[in-house]
Amino acid sequence: MSKTTDVTVPHPEGDLEHFQDPGIPEHRHRMADTDPKADKRAERQVVVLFTISVIGTIVALWAYFAIRPDGTTAGVRTSTMVLGLAIFFALAGIGVGAIHWAKTLMSDHEVVEDRHATRSPDDVREIAVQKLADGIKDSGIGRRGVLKGVVVSALALFPLTIAVPLISSVGGDWNVGTFRTTLWKKGTRLTYDPTGRPIKASDVTIGSAVHVIPEVTDEYRQSGEWISEKAKALVLMVRLDPRDFKPFAKGKENWTYDGIIAFSKICTHVGCPVALYEQQTHHLLCPCHQSTFDVADGAKVVFGPAKRPLPQLPITVDSEGYLVAQDGFDEPIGPSYWERLR
Amino acid sequence: MTTTTTRPSATEPTTPIGRSSDYLDNRTGIGHAVKEFARKVFPDHWSFLLGEIALYSFVVLLITGTFLTMFFVPSMSLSTYHGAPKTMDGLLMSDAFASTLRMSFEVRGGLLMRQIHHWAALVFMASIVTHMMRVFFTGAFRRPREFNWLIGFTLLLTGLLAGFTGYSLPDDVLSGNGLAIANGVVKSIPVIGSYMSYFIFGGDFPGEQIIPRLFTLHILLIPAIILALVALHLMFVVVHKHTQYPGGGRKDGNVVGFPLFPVYTAKAGGFFFVVFAVLSLMGATMAINTVWNYGPYDPSPISAGAQPDWYMLFLEGSLRLMPGQAEFVSWGDFTWSLNVLVPAVLPVLLLIGFALYPFIEAKVTHDDREHHVLDRPRNRPTRTGIGMAFLAFFVILAFAGSNDLIAIHFHLSINEITWFFRVFVFVGPWFAFWITKRICLGLQRKDRELVLHGHETGRIVRFASGEYIEVHRPLDEQERWVRVNYTAHQPLELPAPNGPKGTKDKAYKSAKRWAKLSRFFYEDRIEPVTPAELAASHSHGEHDALPGGEDHALVAPDHSVDATEQSH
Ligand code: HEM
Ligand code: FES
Repeated sequence: MSKTTDVTVPHPEGDLEHFQDPGIPEHRHRMADTDPKADKRAERQVVVLFTISVIGTIVALWAYFAIRPDGTTAGVRTSTMVLGLAIFFALAGIGVGAIHWAKTLMSDHEVVEDRHATRSPDDVREIAVQKLADGIKDSGIGRRGVLKGVVVSALALFPLTIAVPLISSVGGDWNVGTFRTTLWKKGTRLTYDPTGRPIKASDVTIGSAVHVIPEVTDEYRQSGEWISEKAKALVLMVRLDPRDFKPFAKGKENWTYDGIIAFSKICTHVGCPVALYEQQTHHLLCPCHQSTFDVADGAKVVFGPAKRPLPQLPITVDSEGYLVAQDGFDEPIGPSYWERLR
Repeated sequence: MTTTTTRPSATEPTTPIGRSSDYLDNRTGIGHAVKEFARKVFPDHWSFLLGEIALYSFVVLLITGTFLTMFFVPSMSLSTYHGAPKTMDGLLMSDAFASTLRMSFEVRGGLLMRQIHHWAALVFMASIVTHMMRVFFTGAFRRPREFNWLIGFTLLLTGLLAGFTGYSLPDDVLSGNGLAIANGVVKSIPVIGSYMSYFIFGGDFPGEQIIPRLFTLHILLIPAIILALVALHLMFVVVHKHTQYPGGGRKDGNVVGFPLFPVYTAKAGGFFFVVFAVLSLMGATMAINTVWNYGPYDPSPISAGAQPDWYMLFLEGSLRLMPGQAEFVSWGDFTWSLNVLVPAVLPVLLLIGFALYPFIEAKVTHDDREHHVLDRPRNRPTRTGIGMAFLAFFVILAFAGSNDLIAIHFHLSINEITWFFRVFVFVGPWFAFWITKRICLGLQRKDRELVLHGHETGRIVRFASGEYIEVHRPLDEQERWVRVNYTAHQPLELPAPNGPKGTKDKAYKSAKRWAKLSRFFYEDRIEPVTPAELAASHSHGEHDALPGGEDHALVAPDHSVDATEQSH
């Protein structure tokens, strides 16, 4: 096999079985090579192109200083456009100019260069191997087995001094139990997203879909924590004609109030907000991968890549007629994970 | 450049250029490099520009990205925004989003740089993919370039990461939703999924750490890796010297083209400016990622029809196609989210399989030779077919990732489209393979016909006998050489088993499997015309039909037919 490492060309001569390589095609002259006028013209074109670049740069600088943003989208668009176009000409002048120059005025004679096999020649290899062998002998690593073992172990172990602190710190408190909890608990009021106004049951009309968040203080809603909590606590609430419901699952018969039913808005597929409600079919559609949930049937999946129904939030009304949670969710919301049911 | 640069002992330099060259070379020995590289030969072909586009758009990403880092604030602390545009004034948002708005509306040229950066990212990925296709279909991955194929492949994956981390930085509704999906996918990993999610987000999604973390990855770690790989990639290009397309005088033992200095320098240098210019034009005229239309990230709103950047569409598509039934709970109440895991992992596994293709092909071809002349894709029908099948798979997934847009545009039901894609994603690639292979074989046949009978001239001549024929003009040497200068490989021969029948012979079994695969590659093949055949066809008279005419005469399924191969 070692012979095949040569860069060989089979049958360059040609015979009955193989044609002969006709060699590099004859060189064809360009206009500018023979006609001095064409040569001058090409040169002029290159000059014009590079001049365009210079003008482009000047216009770009002018645009930068002259066009001030006025805070409107249209104003920003104009300045972006003018500046960008000027930069385009500044760059394109150089680029097209250089290529035109190379194509029309520089030599277009093809050059042939030999290749050599990538592998190093045998004598070089021999010397290389010898040098390595000498080095190994000098180090004595071959004879000192214990030393070898310790060196390898030390080198293999020391990255742990950085990796362990790094990895164990980036996960925060590693309390993945938070996947199970949301802000909803017994008596939490349902409020409008994003205003936080409590919702009266009587305000919810049949057929409407309401985006709901749990009631929290205004300060809390300004805090960084809120976004992570909101990402778990989002609820979508709809009101149906109670006769439209399929029979409720066991234990969930009293989780609705007067045709109002509430589900987690976080898709059980990979966690997008399930935001589209289709009134006629009572279907909730997740815009990310089109999982479709049937609100009239316990938010069961009727189509798409999600497997589980959206978790249902048990609701009722308080003494003032405001909608409240009877309790938190009875299962983790959102996408599935390994220990979800443990 | 005078000779003084390479030999300080030569006569004293007199010109200013000579003197400064002397100064430089005395301290760096750069003369060696100039002597070695200045007139290095590069072959010329438009398809060799694809890799250059990738390189240049990466440079543009570095330049514009550095501009962006001056104004971007990678923080998720919340505050109320006051400023342009009016629709965003008074909203609570993260510093990251606020700084993106300020960069767009207050920093002059900021929006331009953002848009150039984003367009450059899209072009970067597109040119990597098309460059890879060029390398694949022309067989440029063959020995000695296998490592460079793997490096290029790693660059593709790293590019995906660069794009995803960048897309997530502005902290708008779309990027936040992208992260939510990433979180869902990570959670689906068995056993450690929850902990991986915490590892990435530093707590519950989205937390307050993800943007600073992505920022470090996006502007430091990933560009550094890409830069190192690009350097290695280019170093190998120089070591191996560029491949060339087949043609007169082009051999595995030479390289035909233009010298680096000045022609190639002018062309390639000029081309960098052209690429940068086109990206600037795109950034100037085509709005992209207008984050102020989406608003700051809030887990609640979402718009239908939102699309990720194009290079992520295939993952989006495969997530959409997988039916939910694949999720199940095992004994011990552990959840297997295969409905998420399979579509996320499978395309990546396929990609990795694709990366190993050069090694498989070398084995079934028994090919251990160095190759520097490229294949014409038609002369490798099975390889070309396999490439098209892979391409079809990912393109179909990408279309499936836009199934909602297709549904709206063509007034179709989303369920039907999804079902169509569920079937098509398997049938399509198979069909692409089959049809591509047929087309390649057809083109090879046409080549044979041309070589044997020449071009049709459209001139009809009538013989004295009353017979009409069309006059054919024979191919010139160059035209013919391109069409006959290739090897039609044959399937591997099966070695005889070592032991008597029925004994366990692992080596034999494995050789048998490889031979079978090799048959799949090479059982259909079309031999190049030989001078003998050409002479025979001439002596038959120009107006004869193809010798044998039928396909099976040319497609030699057994070894006896082609003596060509045995002869060398
Ligand atoms: C290696 C290839 C790279 C790719 C594919 C890439 C891609 C992206 C993308 C798609 C965005 C979103 C832009 C938007 O619409 O706002 C982005 C943002 C950003 N990139 Fe890159 N990028 C790359 C390299 C770099 C480098 C080298 C730097 C810095 C030296 C950088 C700095 C930034 C910054 C600061 C942002 C945030 C800007 C904003 O939100 O407006 N990028 N990147
Ligand atoms: S996240 Fe809802 S379908 Fe994927």
